[in-house]
Amino acid sequence: MPLIAGVSRGRDMAERASTVRVHDFGEVDLGLSPDQAQAEADRCLQCKKPACVTGCPVGVDIPAFVLAIAEGRFGEARTGILEANLLPAVCGRVCPQETQCEGACVLSGKDRAINIGALERFAADLGGLEGEAPVARAPATGRRVAVVGSGPAGLTAAAELARRGHAVTLYESLHEPGGVLLYGIPEFRLPKAVVREEIERVLALGVELRTNMLVGQSLPVEELLAYDAVFIATGAGLPSFMGIPGEEVNGVYSANEFLTRVNLMHADRFPDSGTPVKRGSRVVVTGGGNVAMDAARVARRLGARVSLVYRRREEDLPARREEVRHAREEGVEFMTCAAPVRILGEPCVTGVECVQMEMCALDESGRPAPRECEGSSFVIDADTVIQAIGTSPNPLLVRLLPGAETGRKGNLVVDEDGRTSIPRVYAGGDIATGAATVILAMGAGKRAAAAIDADLRSGIAP
Amino acid sequence: MYSVVKAEQLADRVHELVVEAPHVARHAKAGQFLIVRVDPDGERIPLTISRAEGDLVRVIFMTIGATTYRLAELRAGDSILDVAGPLGRPSGIPQNATCVVVGGGVGIASCPIIARTLRGAGNRVIGIIGARNADLMILEDEMRQACDELHVTTDDGSMGRHGYAADVLKEVIEAEPVDQVWVIGPAIMMKVTSAVTRPKGIRTWVSLNPIMVDGTGMCGSCRVVVNGETKFACVDGPEFDAHQVDFDRLMQRQRIYPEEEREALERHHASHCGCEPGARHG
Ligand SMILES: Cc1cc2nc3c(=O)[nH]c(=O)nc-3n(C[C@H](O)[C@H](O)[C@H](O)COP(=O)(O)OP(=O)(O)OC[C@H]3O[C@@H](n4cnc5c(N)ncnc54)[C@H](O)[C@@H]3O)c2cc1C
Ligand SMILES: Cc1cc2nc3c(=O)[nH]c(=O)nc-3n(C[C@H](O)[C@H](O)[C@H](O)COP(=O)(O)OP(=O)(O)OC[C@H]3O[C@@H](n4cnc5c(N)ncnc54)[C@H](O)[C@@H]3O)c2cc1C
Ligand code: FES
Repeated sequence: MPLIAGVSRGRDMAERASTVRVHDFGEVDLGLSPDQAQAEADRCLQCKKPACVTGCPVGVDIPAFVLAIAEGRFGEARTGILEANLLPAVCGRVCPQETQCEGACVLSGKDRAINIGALERFAADLGGLEGEAPVARAPATGRRVAVVGSGPAGLTAAAELARRGHAVTLYESLHEPGGVLLYGIPEFRLPKAVVREEIERVLALGVELRTNMLVGQSLPVEELLAYDAVFIATGAGLPSFMGIPGEEVNGVYSANEFLTRVNLMHADRFPDSGTPVKRGSRVVVTGGGNVAMDAARVARRLGARVSLVYRRREEDLPARREEVRHAREEGVEFMTCAAPVRILGEPCVTGVECVQMEMCALDESGRPAPRECEGSSFVIDADTVIQAIGTSPNPLLVRLLPGAETGRKGNLVVDEDGRTSIPRVYAGGDIATGAATVILAMGAGKRAAAAIDADLRSGIAP
Repeated sequence: MYSVVKAEQLADRVHELVVEAPHVARHAKAGQFLIVRVDPDGERIPLTISRAEGDLVRVIFMTIGATTYRLAELRAGDSILDVAGPLGRPSGIPQNATCVVVGGGVGIASCPIIARTLRGAGNRVIGIIGARNADLMILEDEMRQACDELHVTTDDGSMGRHGYAADVLKEVIEAEPVDQVWVIGPAIMMKVTSAVTRPKGIRTWVSLNPIMVDGTGMCGSCRVVVNGETKFACVDGPEFDAHQVDFDRLMQRQRIYPEEEREALERHHASHCGCEPGARHG
């Protein structure tokens, strides 16, 4: 595989050249070699009070595994991470480490932070599941816990509860577990084989997985509440549309639909796979977050010319810097300070009418508020439009739960430990926070599992 | 894996499958649907739950594309990889009312379960079933049992009344006061037939069938326009107030992938032409 050494900045992983990778769904980042990993791990100061660990929502003992890598004890490094995190190959790839562990690293101010994410991935990727010591399980407690939703929050809670000896049933409405890890994040950032392998590890703890079960319908709420405890992790999968004219014409997708068709249903392999997707020759993506970057990069790989329209400035793009860089390298055109006002074409999309935006006084988010410049409208030709302007908590189960307190976004309101307003019902991840991150969802799953365990043992939950 | 316990052809291009799927069968209500995925590369397609008994659900479908042709090949003893459901909201069932249930073509599949449920709730139920011709008629006996009164029509007069279900519906609502009407069939039939009840302002339900992916409200593929608002048919429906539905938009959105569907169907047929596996077709 051709690499461009120039892009790899020493501590960084090698990346496949953009001209090559844009033609396939192979992974972009290639990971560290053992030498690179050891050299990077060697830089760790092994702080007495490691700030990085406080920046990790699941509390991985970072200095210990980094030391193990530095000393060439790679297997031990992995076992150490697995103590706290059963999805390290996922986290090593998709966590925004710059705002978590690496952001807290004492070196980040002076030199540069240890590349903890790359090291985690390095340790996680070594070997497969074979030869891995099975994670220990406490003796069976006889308690039954239902976990609803098999994204990172549900998987983590299920694993932690199973470890503590509870009988866990994990319910998923789709045909395969993983949540956004499976249907949202594209293969070139997170290979599905990696996700499947890590999910196997969770299931190997004795978690019973039931797919095709839309809880609330396939399992009525009364039956759900008959469990000793329930953890709800149904995510924030409800896509928002902009509400502009023309949104219903053929060729307009939510990012969720576009990504689900490709990631979950493999529409990139149509007709070998049965699900089609409009490949588009000119695609407009609206939005500036990570989801918009993923949608744009997938559309590039399906062969389209892709323009990304974002209403604020380049520096305001909420996506990770690295994702913006990747998208740009792959030929995504950025049109900032522009907002779509109408989708043109009938019955199929022919273009998007946009207006130029000017930046005004700072708004409550601390960024300049965009305002439409009068008479600035212009049209971008397009045959496909992908809206990536956000998602909100899945309302389906929430509205069936009697007495559930909900927040402004339709999220379930929970306390520090994930307790909802309903006794014995806990929640965490995007359903409680609104769209956030994998590691925050995992942290929530872990905290709730500890609370469920404690409550079950202390008899608060019968 | 979900086993097929019965597979039968009911009419020209119309097939019935009875599948063991306890999680769906035990909780299914009139008006709901399920999603099947036949094999690992298969598409997820929605089908109405036509009957549910014990652990078994019945679906009835017309072969129109790659997936429905694939389903039609299944025999008792075969299995389906995934069956998810029940999905969508159940029909809203009134009490002590007079209701008409109209089915057109393969849409008749959805009718007996609704008629039975309505009757079980103390409603008087008049059924109207229509098909292009006698060879395409299905479930007549079942509808006769489920309804207090049944009218049968065919477009060509080869069975029952000569004419359209809409004609009969017009007569029925003239003859006696009707409280609610269900119209289920192809989009164009629902559009035309539900127009009949508009002047009298009779509450009329249609079951919309846009293209779906997940069927759980996560993608918006199934969005329909009702009363000027965007709704997701899989979670807000599939039944909506007929007089508020933008049928033209529905029909247009059903035609997003004509070329792809043709390609998939040709490929399906080519893989069944009797050549050696892997042989190339010119
Ligand atoms: C395209 C995209 C890219 C992203 N990239 C990143 C990234 O790089 N890094 C990062 O940290 N975060 C990223 N995120 C955000 C991250 O994926 C989410 O914050 C995280 O997945 C939330 O986890 P969760 O477990 O709460 O929910 P989800 O992952 O959404 O999982 C919820 C699961 O519940 C199931 N479900 C819903 N309702 C029911 C029901 N009633 N019954 C049964 N099952 C049900 C759903 O099918 C789904 O599988 C991305 C998100 C998207 C959409
Ligand atoms: C809630 C609901 C209930 C339905 N119930 C029945 C039923 O009981 N019996 C029946 O025969 N049909 C039913 N349909 C329609 C059925 O889902 C489609 O006929 C089927 O998906 C066609 O798939 P195909 O691969 O054979 O054909 P394709 O060649 O893929 O498509 C043929 C036509 O079917 C429609 N279609 C294609 N893919 C989908 C999809 N994923 N979801 C929905 N529609 C699609 C399109 O309008 C297309 O023009 C229902 C649809 C919905 C939404
Ligand atoms: S089918 Fe995806 S939201 Fe309805």
